[in-house]
Amino acid sequence: AENEPPWGTPCTQLLVYVSMPGCDEFPNLDSKESYKLIVSKGSMLLSAEAIWGVLRGLETFSQLIGRDENGTYYINETEIVDFPRFPHRGLLLDTSRHYLPLRAILETLDVMAYNKFNVFHWHIVDDPSFPYESSTFPELSKKGAFNAMTHVYTASDVRTVIEYARLRGIRVIPEFDTPGHTLSWGPGAPGLLTPCYGAQEPSGTYGPVNPILNSTYEFVTSLFREVSSVFPDFFLHLGGDEVDFTCWRSNPKIRAFMKEMGFGDDYKKLESLYIQRLLEIVSSLGKGYIVWQEVFDNDVEVRPDTIIHVWKENLMQYKEEMANVTRAGYHALLSAPWYLNRISYGQDWMQAYKVEPLDFRGSPEQKALVIGGEACMWGEYVDVTNLTPRLW
Amino acid sequence: AMGKAMGLVGLLLGLVLVPAVLVSTSLRHGAPPTEAVPGPAPADWELAVDAVPEDSLWPLPQWLHTSPRQLQLAPGRFQLVHGAGSSAQPSCGLLQDAFRRYYEYMFGHSRRRRWGRRPLAARAEPELSELQVVIEAPDPGCESYPHLGSSEAYHLTVTEPVAVLKAYEVWGALRGLETFSQLVHEDDYGSFLVNESEINDFPRFAHRGILLDTSRHYLPLKSILTNLDAMAFNKFNVLHWHIVDDQSFPYQSIYFPELSDKGAYSCNLIYTPADVRLVIEYARLRGIRVIPEFDTPGHTQSWGKGQKDLLTPCYNKGQPTGSFGPINPILNTTYDFMTKFFKEISSVFPDAYIHLGGDEVDFSCWKSNREVKEFMKKQGFGSDYAKLESYYIQHILDIVSSYNKGQIIWQEVFDHKAQLKPDTVVEVWMANNYAHELSSVTGAGFSAVLAAPWYLDYISYGQDWKKYYSVEPLDFPGSEEQKKLLIGGEACLWGEFVDATNLTPRLWPRASAVGERLWSSRNVTDLQDAFRRLTSHRCRML
Repeated sequence: AENEPPWGTPCTQLLVYVSMPGCDEFPNLDSKESYKLIVSKGSMLLSAEAIWGVLRGLETFSQLIGRDENGTYYINETEIVDFPRFPHRGLLLDTSRHYLPLRAILETLDVMAYNKFNVFHWHIVDDPSFPYESSTFPELSKKGAFNAMTHVYTASDVRTVIEYARLRGIRVIPEFDTPGHTLSWGPGAPGLLTPCYGAQEPSGTYGPVNPILNSTYEFVTSLFREVSSVFPDFFLHLGGDEVDFTCWRSNPKIRAFMKEMGFGDDYKKLESLYIQRLLEIVSSLGKGYIVWQEVFDNDVEVRPDTIIHVWKENLMQYKEEMANVTRAGYHALLSAPWYLNRISYGQDWMQAYKVEPLDFRGSPEQKALVIGGEACMWGEYVDVTNLTPRLW
Repeated sequence: AMGKAMGLVGLLLGLVLVPAVLVSTSLRHGAPPTEAVPGPAPADWELAVDAVPEDSLWPLPQWLHTSPRQLQLAPGRFQLVHGAGSSAQPSCGLLQDAFRRYYEYMFGHSRRRRWGRRPLAARAEPELSELQVVIEAPDPGCESYPHLGSSEAYHLTVTEPVAVLKAYEVWGALRGLETFSQLVHEDDYGSFLVNESEINDFPRFAHRGILLDTSRHYLPLKSILTNLDAMAFNKFNVLHWHIVDDQSFPYQSIYFPELSDKGAYSCNLIYTPADVRLVIEYARLRGIRVIPEFDTPGHTQSWGKGQKDLLTPCYNKGQPTGSFGPINPILNTTYDFMTKFFKEISSVFPDAYIHLGGDEVDFSCWKSNREVKEFMKKQGFGSDYAKLESYYIQHILDIVSSYNKGQIIWQEVFDHKAQLKPDTVVEVWMANNYAHELSSVTGAGFSAVLAAPWYLDYISYGQDWKKYYSVEPLDFPGSEEQKKLLIGGEACLWGEFVDATNLTPRLWPRASAVGERLWSSRNVTDLQDAFRRLTSHRCRML
């Protein structure tokens, strides 16, 4: 009685059983992440259809293990059947407003795995800097990064991120946001951005990508050909948000083009023209795409399997947008209530937790089009010194 | 123009982070409209690139004159030394330590630190070979502790061949060394340069503090020491150590070890006497006073775990509920305990002041306790429990006075009309109409410290440093004499949502805004200029 250990028979093995092979594959939107975990006297079994489910199950198993005051590890008899409610559970990091060293990204991927996130939305370039080292256009990062020697992601870095993520069942979806949010592309790609005019003269400043030049589409084709081969996921995020029309309006050649096309004064039509061509290019490269909601709001023609990313929270209730997007038959991703960069005092995690993504007016078929959501950590006020405690 | 700017940025090595707060075109919706920086990003970058050295001084000195003429420094040869005629000499440990520390800050990452000959093809600029520090007071203060009346003024002349830093006491030398280190900059080729300059500087307010809360969350020693370093970068000179509170009692008391044995979060989440001594000395070497706060009679739940019968038992319908309220003010044992406890505190903490708290006392438990009610009756307090609170506090103030310590208290003690000693300092923390409170406190002849607009634990999205920077402490109705009684302020980082994982990025550089407000002249208010200097300063602090 005295020498009897307080715990039952020690468990020595967790047996893992997977039905489908696929250790060398990349996760995708349809990957199966379900698993069963049974911990009972004498045997512990983790079974899943796919390896992705095993990863989720291992995380859960590790959370079940406790340690008593003597230092003994123990686990309770347990039975778990688990699967995700939504297949797209993402996190956005912004490496343009502030460069994030590789270790910060890898650390984030670790914590994502602890929380069963499965999509890393890499908002890799934007106005302030272009850290992505392109093999086709090396000048882009050479001229556009904060520091071309130190504040860049080499091809090897990108491969490291993709593999590190894959090993954790996380998809990497890069975002090359155009035609707005592209100031940093300008120095390395002369002629890409629209020159703005003041009175009759170029003012020396630049605006969004120039949608009226053939060279623009040649460039976009080459760049996205590279991006499509570097990033294995089927989806690319193409951005398409917050396009400021002032520069286009100021440019006489663009004004002439608008007249020629019969667009009147509706620059949304010009934006749509660009986006449509971009989508065609990306499609022809065999990729699917995610776009910010403006692309949908501005009536751009998109493929039926386009995913619309809902992010605007101030002007209209995002719920209405979710309803509109799904009613039009598109898949939707929700981010609007999850802009975690907008910090506030106290336990604001509760607001994020209380969000019910399907709380909008729509049929069950509509609601089925919501594939998930993403927490966004925009980088205006975030760098490696405060990323981790702000995000988690 | 944009291409050129990009190229310049590309060339700029050594600038590890260009804060993207500079660049906020096309903001992700989150920042309010006022946040949008007009104009394209690259023009802002050019500002950082072409930054003149004094564009990174923080806080801004009172009087500053720089010339475009530059001097070179060779890490292998440059020295910080005691000047002839200084009352401090190499035996002054505090300055020796500072010399080494500031050399490290300036040249730490340079590989050219070994002594060597000046190369033939050197730069045209003359070499600055040393900075001489001259302390003028007969007793420089090397072995003493800083206090409210310490002199922190300094005069810095940077000219060839030697720079001279004159200060009355060592505390001014510490401030001057920080400023000198901010003047030294590297050019594109890695050469260390400093502009010929003359600076006359002194703090506007004598009490410039940071409050850290180690009760809501334990802060490991390293966290506290890192914070003291950051404070020195910003010329803060008071660490208000809110060391214990309701949640935990990490202070290991010599007389009453049970207090932390039972009251700390766990046996290893404590501050031993050695830890406390380390903090005090680390602070002293940076010219920072450590003022501990042992807040009573409220905020004392954790005290009751290790000290039986200290807290008031609460009652419900004549029965003890099992829970406890503030310190029991009616028992002699309470005052016996406090007498002994504060004897220890007075000897452990060398500063002339102790913060005694006195805030947010909840009367409901006292009201529920029959014995307390009887006592109220006996004393003729009626149903005014503020009188009971004052009765208690006055006792404590007397006890602490008897140990020759001055007292700082939160504003409620004053508001509830306790009898205070004339040199008591009142800390104003309630945000609502604090200007009015400052008038009342100083109008009654007491010194005041302002914390109300600077509760930095209240984080918000965006550049909230501007809000802290824009506070003008003397903006309250009062005479000149009254305004002199506002001795300074404190930036408070309460610990409900703060621990070692997020303390540093939450506190800095936001607290820097408060630092300049308390040091620099009243008319240093230009937010654009502050932004330029603060972004450089922040990168340097990293």
